[in-house]
Amino acid sequence: MSAEAKRLDWRGLVIPVGFVVGAEFAARATGWESSMLASPSGIVAAFWTVLIDGTLLHATAATLATSLAGLAIGSIFGLLIGIPLGLSRTADRLMEFSIEAFRPIPAVALIPIALLVFGFGFRMEISIVAFAAFWPILILTRAAVAGVEPRLIQVARALGFGATARVWKIVLPAALPRIFVAFRLAAGIALIVAVTVEIAANPLGLGYNMILAQQTLRPELMLALLVWLGVVGWAFNHILLWSQKRLFGPAAMIRIER
Amino acid sequence: MIALPQLSRVGWLLGSVGVGLLFILLWYGIAQARLVSPVFLPSPERAWDALVYGLTEGDLGAKTLGTVERMIYGWLLASLVGIVIGAMIGVSEAARAYVEPTLEFLRPLPASAMMPVAIAILGLTDQMVLAVIAFGALWPMLLGTVHGFAAVEPRLYQVSRALGLSRFAVIWKIALPSAMPDILSGMRVGLTIALILAVVGEMLASRPGLGQAILLAARSFQSADLYAGVILLGMIGYVSSVLLGLCEGRLLRWRQSHH
Repeated sequence: MSAEAKRLDWRGLVIPVGFVVGAEFAARATGWESSMLASPSGIVAAFWTVLIDGTLLHATAATLATSLAGLAIGSIFGLLIGIPLGLSRTADRLMEFSIEAFRPIPAVALIPIALLVFGFGFRMEISIVAFAAFWPILILTRAAVAGVEPRLIQVARALGFGATARVWKIVLPAALPRIFVAFRLAAGIALIVAVTVEIAANPLGLGYNMILAQQTLRPELMLALLVWLGVVGWAFNHILLWSQKRLFGPAAMIRIER
Repeated sequence: MIALPQLSRVGWLLGSVGVGLLFILLWYGIAQARLVSPVFLPSPERAWDALVYGLTEGDLGAKTLGTVERMIYGWLLASLVGIVIGAMIGVSEAARAYVEPTLEFLRPLPASAMMPVAIAILGLTDQMVLAVIAFGALWPMLLGTVHGFAAVEPRLYQVSRALGLSRFAVIWKIALPSAMPDILSGMRVGLTIALILAVVGEMLASRPGLGQAILLAARSFQSADLYAGVILLGMIGYVSSVLLGLCEGRLLRWRQSHH
């Protein structure tokens, strides 16, 4: 986006501030606080309550933990399958049908299956997050490995490296910046899928607390959690972007083809 | 480089379908040997039978249609709103400065998180599901359009000003075609999101569709019906992405002729 103008531009604040002030005025003037909506000041108060009694931290920790665990498992499998497919054109072509047949299954369609196998809880959510994170890692790792300069591999052969050493010492370091881009993409997906599973089925974490607040007719808490979820998602994205810049610099600044 | 055997495209396709069949055989073997309990994993033939029975005798066809309808309506609504608003924001640099930070904040917000809010306002209705699908699928198209408009070669704008084109003509004849690749890739992501949200919405609000069907199948331990529904959802995802790919090819044909 417009990353060139990074200094704080006051114009960006007009809409959010105007929206909050307008909502507060409207709430005070008409008293439309109801079982559906809440005023900004009510939302802030609800936020303080859950922050102080620890519910918020607990729920956030649960959501982030399942996201990261699922991301880790999905990444490991994605790398284990993506690297060989990137190295061997034959294997890639032979697996094409199977991958294209499985990939379009929406991760949330696996909620009932995971529910049957694991019941409610962390394992069920982690398995679905892992499935969702697996595909971008697999596809982009395959592309990254296939895109490694072939002369590097020839040199490694000439130096008498074994297959394992070639992967560890040549292929992985060369493909790492692009693999990290895949990881960043998958991390965003992992968080979204985790919250979605919590809202749809799993009594755990931020998503469940949101749907619970809705069902117990506490709109101020529901909206407070929504805003907090926005903050968590934004921070998560920015930490990953920042670490990508720190770790790889311009090497990772390529457009991802989807 | 090792010379690959000179197989035609068809040969490779057959080979990869063969590997796919091997996986199904593996599934069959695991189910036959009862390595996994049939409660979790029905044999492929049972899943296939459930699929055929559901489509011919049962209401699986109607449910598939329900999900597809929801997905497409929500997605079309999102495309329309996303492209119009995106064009309004993208065409003016001042508007971008005002709106873009807000969009950047809203973007990583999971669309499903809007579902409790939508339920609070609209209840457990079809409109609620549609609203959430439209809202969730909106972002990639909106941001794609804004980005595409912002990336238009500035000289094209200068030329259009020199030609005395109206603002609408500038959008329609210059900015929109040149932003088309960004918009289309946004629409592709939006379609995936629309399918996911249709399934989640049906599960939560219990609206008739595949999302509801697979959840009910799981609750009554009908694993064959469950897998039949999941297979259908995968097919919806696959077919819609192939169709969109074909449209993309047609819409962007004018670009390829330049290279």
